[in-house]
Amino acid sequence: MNYKAVIGLEMHCELKSNSKVFSSAKNGYSEIPNEFVRPVDMAFPGSLPVVNKKCVKDALKMSLALNCTQPEYMYFDRKNYYYPDLPKGYQITQMESPVGINGKTIIELNGKEIPVYIHDIHLEEDAASLDHYYSTSCIDYNRAGVPLLELVTEPCLSSADEAVAFLEHMRSIYQFCDVSEGDTKKGQIRCDVNVSIMEEDDKEFGTRVEIKNVNSFGGVHDAIEYEIKRQSTLKREGRYNEVEQETRRWDEETQSTIHMRSKVDAVDYKYFVEPNIPKYKITKEWLEEIKKEIPELPLECKHKYMEKYGLSDYDASVIIKEKDYVDYYEECLSLGIDAKTGSNWLTTQILGEINHEEISLKDFYVTPKLLKQIVDATKEGTISSKQAKEIFLKSCTEKKEPKSYMSQENAQISDENELNQIVGSIMERSQTQIEQYKNGKTNLFDYFVGQVMKETRGKANPVLTKEIITKYLNS
Amino acid sequence: MKFLNKSIEEIHESLKNDEVTSQELVQESIQKSKELQEKCNAFVTIIEDAKGVSVTENLLSGIPYGVKDNYSTKDVLSTGSSNTLADYVPFFTATSVQHLKDAGAVMVNKTAMDEFGMGGTGTTAHTGVIRNPWDVTRMCAGSSSGSAAAVAYGVYPYALGSDTGDSIRKPAAYCGIVGYKPTYGLISRYGLFPFASSLDHCGVLTRSVRDAAIVVDTMKGQDKYDMTSWDSSSVHLFEATKKPLLGKKLCYIKELCDIKNFPDATDELKDHLANFFKTVELCKELGLEVEEVSIDQTLLNASASVYVVLSCAEATSNLSNLTGIIFGKRGEGNTWKEMMMDHRTKGFSPLIKRRFVIGSYVLQKENQERYFKNAARVRRLLVDTWKNLFQTYDAVILPVGIGPAKPLEGSKEMIGKMSEELQALDEHLQIGNFGGFPSITIPNGFVNGLPVGVNLTSNCKEDELLLNIAYHLESKMPYKGQTCEVKKNEL
Repeated sequence: MNYKAVIGLEMHCELKSNSKVFSSAKNGYSEIPNEFVRPVDMAFPGSLPVVNKKCVKDALKMSLALNCTQPEYMYFDRKNYYYPDLPKGYQITQMESPVGINGKTIIELNGKEIPVYIHDIHLEEDAASLDHYYSTSCIDYNRAGVPLLELVTEPCLSSADEAVAFLEHMRSIYQFCDVSEGDTKKGQIRCDVNVSIMEEDDKEFGTRVEIKNVNSFGGVHDAIEYEIKRQSTLKREGRYNEVEQETRRWDEETQSTIHMRSKVDAVDYKYFVEPNIPKYKITKEWLEEIKKEIPELPLECKHKYMEKYGLSDYDASVIIKEKDYVDYYEECLSLGIDAKTGSNWLTTQILGEINHEEISLKDFYVTPKLLKQIVDATKEGTISSKQAKEIFLKSCTEKKEPKSYMSQENAQISDENELNQIVGSIMERSQTQIEQYKNGKTNLFDYFVGQVMKETRGKANPVLTKEIITKYLNS
Repeated sequence: MKFLNKSIEEIHESLKNDEVTSQELVQESIQKSKELQEKCNAFVTIIEDAKGVSVTENLLSGIPYGVKDNYSTKDVLSTGSSNTLADYVPFFTATSVQHLKDAGAVMVNKTAMDEFGMGGTGTTAHTGVIRNPWDVTRMCAGSSSGSAAAVAYGVYPYALGSDTGDSIRKPAAYCGIVGYKPTYGLISRYGLFPFASSLDHCGVLTRSVRDAAIVVDTMKGQDKYDMTSWDSSSVHLFEATKKPLLGKKLCYIKELCDIKNFPDATDELKDHLANFFKTVELCKELGLEVEEVSIDQTLLNASASVYVVLSCAEATSNLSNLTGIIFGKRGEGNTWKEMMMDHRTKGFSPLIKRRFVIGSYVLQKENQERYFKNAARVRRLLVDTWKNLFQTYDAVILPVGIGPAKPLEGSKEMIGKMSEELQALDEHLQIGNFGGFPSITIPNGFVNGLPVGVNLTSNCKEDELLLNIAYHLESKMPYKGQTCEVKKNEL
C-alpha cells in the first residue's frame, strides 16, 4: 500500500539589487573571485552592516504578494555558527520578526488549484562560496552578503509534483514582481526539503527527515520521490523506527539521500537581535506604496486571458510561463491587437523564433509595435497570411521594419479595376487558350492564373484573380 | 620646551604664535611616549615616523594625540591588545579617527588596553600589564588603560578610548583626568573593534572638560557606515562649555553614596565618599540644587550581573570573526575546525575565554529566557529608572569606583570578597552604557595621595548640558589640567 507523504519546503532565492543586503559591495555574478567585496563582507574588525532599503522593500513586496502578515517593526537577528564560508561567524537573518508570516498562495497542478500555506518569509544574507580541490579549498566572497529571501512553507504539500509546481509558481511570482531573476543555473534558488510519511487516516505526522541544499527543481523532485520510497519501504517492512529525525543531503551522482547529522547533533544557533541595525518602523503608507507596485500575478493573468479574452487553457498557460511573455502580450493588447490574433502570433511564431535564436523575448527585434504592422496589414487584406509569415521572418533576420517589405511594389494587388485590366489584356492575347478551355480543357484555368501571377510577380490577390478569370471565361 | 601638558587651546595658541612647531610637538610626544613605555608599558605601538603638519585655524591641527589599539587605523598595526591580531595592519581607518586626521591632528601612538576592551584592570593586554603613572604598583583600571596613563603623564592633551561598561570613565578617575563617553551614536563606531555592540561607545580621555568637548566635536557626526549614528550637526559641545551654568538640579543615589551602606568600608572608601560630599557641596555653591534619591537596592545590585550576561553574549558573537582564516595568524590543523580552534586557543587570554563560555551559555536555547532575556528586561528597568530621574534632574552625580586606583597585586582576591552593595558602587557606570547616556568623569581630589573621580551622567542627547555642568564644576576645583608629574595638593 502507499502512504501519504507530507512535504514542507524551504526555498532560498537571491534577490536582485545593485548592492548587497548589508554592504555597499556590488551584488553581481563574476567569474573573478573576490571582485565584489567590502570590509564587512570579509568581517574585518570594526566593519558594520548597513541595511539596503531596496532589499527590505522587495522582501515586503513578496510578503504582500503571498498574503502574509507584516511585522510592525523591521529588525534582524544573528544566527551564530562557525563555518569557513561565514566570515563573521554569524549570519544576519530574521528569526523573531520575519518580514512575513502566515501567508497563502494558490498553485495549479493538472488543472486543479491547490492552496499552499506559507509559514514565514524572511530576509537574510548569503554566505561565501567554497571551491574544493584535492587538498585545499578556496573561498570566494563575491556571494557573501548577497540578499536572500527564505520562504518556509507549512508541511502542506503531498507529492514531488506538487512541490515542483509550487517552486515553479514561486519562481514566476519572483520574476513577475521583478525581485529576482530566479535562475537556478546560477544557483539563485536553493531548497531544503522536509519529508515524512503517514497512514492515510493517521492524526499525527510521521518522523520528519530534512534534505539540505537541493539546487535544482529536478533534484527536489527526485529527492522527494527517493525519500518517500525509502521511508515507505522501511515502514512496510516494519522497520519504521529506523527512520530517524535527521538531516540528509541529496547526492546527484548516486541519486540518493545521504545521512548528514542526527537531531541530537542539531546546532544551537544562539539567535539574538542584531544590535548594529536599529529597529525600523514599517508604516502603513509604505506598505500601501509597495502594494501598488505588485503586478497581476500569473494565475490572475491566466484567469483574465481565459475569461475576458477567450483564450484556451493551453495558450493562456503558455503566456503566463514567463513575465516577459505576459509583458509582450499585454503590450499587444494595449496596442489594440486582437487578443486571439496576438496570442496566436506569440505562442507559435514568436516563441518558436526566440527559442530557435536562443534569445530572450526582451531582446527580440519584432516588438509588439512592429508586430502590429503585420497584423494590421493582414487584417486590411494588403498582405496574405502567407506573406505575413514571410515578412515576419524576414523582419526577424534582417532586423528591418515589417512595413519596409510592404511597399507599393511588394504589396498585394487587391484592386478589382487593376486586376480587371491585367486579366483583360492577358485574355486578349490568349484567344487560342480560351477556345481550348471552352472546348472542355478546364485545367487551363490554372494557366490563366499563372499568367496573372507572372505578370504581377505573384502579388495579385489570388482569390480576387480567380473570381475575375471565372467571370471572363463565363462571359 | 614643554607644551604637551597644556590644554588644547593653549597649545594651539603656542603653535599660532610660532612658539613651537607641530613637528617639535610630535617629537616631544614621541619622547614622552618612550619614557612612559619604560615606566608603565602603556603602548602597543609608538609611531616613531609620525610627522608634524601645517597648523590651521582648527584647534586640533598639528597637535599629537593617541589612539586606543581597538580603533582600526590604516597602515598602522591595530591589535586590540590581542594575540589573535598581533600582526594585523588594517586597510581602512575608523570614521572618528579619520575626522581627527582631516582636522590636522597627528596620531603618535596606539595605546595598550585590556584585550578587546574586555577587562577593567589593564592587566590582560598581550603586551603585558599596564601600570598607573601616579603609582606603578597600582592599576589604571581599564580597558582604556594606556590612553589614561598617557594623558595623565602629559604625552599629549588627549587620547581616544572606548567604553562598554566604564572603560573610559573608570581609568580616567584612577589616573586623575577627564573621561567622556557621549550619547550612543554621537560618534560613529565604524572601525572600532566591537566588544558588545549595544554597549560600545567611542569617547575621549583628556585633562579638561573643554578639551573633551573640542575633541568630540570633531569625532562626532552621522556616518553612512554606522546605522546607529545620528545627525548631531546642531550639537556644539565646545560652545556649550562657554555658556553660563545651564543646569539647575542634580541628584545622587543614597544606596551608592551613604557610608552606612558599607559596614566593612576601608579607610580609602570612607575618604572617597567624604570627598564626594565635598564635591556635592561645591555643586551647591555653584547654585545647583542637589537632592538625594533612593533606588531599589536589589535593582542596583542586579546591574553587574546584567552587564556580564549581555556583554559576554554579544562579545562571543562579535568576536566569532577571529578565526585566523581571513586575517590574523593562520592556525595549525588538518581541518578548518582544527585550524580555527588552534588560532582561538592560542590567541585569546583565559579571561576572554571565560567570558566566551559565559556568553555562549546564556545564549543557549535552554538558558536564553532565564539569563539573556531576563538580563535584557532588567537592563530596561534600570534605564527606565534613570530616565525617570532625568525627568526631574539634569544629571546624576556619583562617585567613581570605591576609592583610588587599586593595587595590581591582590586586587583579584579583593573583588571576590566584595559585598553586593560595594560591587554596585564599583560598577554603576555600566548603567550609562545600558541607556546610551552621555557620561563624564572628572577628577575631584585625592585619597591616600592618589587621584579619585566623580561622575556626571545625563539623559540621551543632553551632551551639551552635561558638559556645561561638568565644565562649571571642574572650574570650582583645582584639578583641571593636572598631570601625574605636577601633582597638585588636596583641597
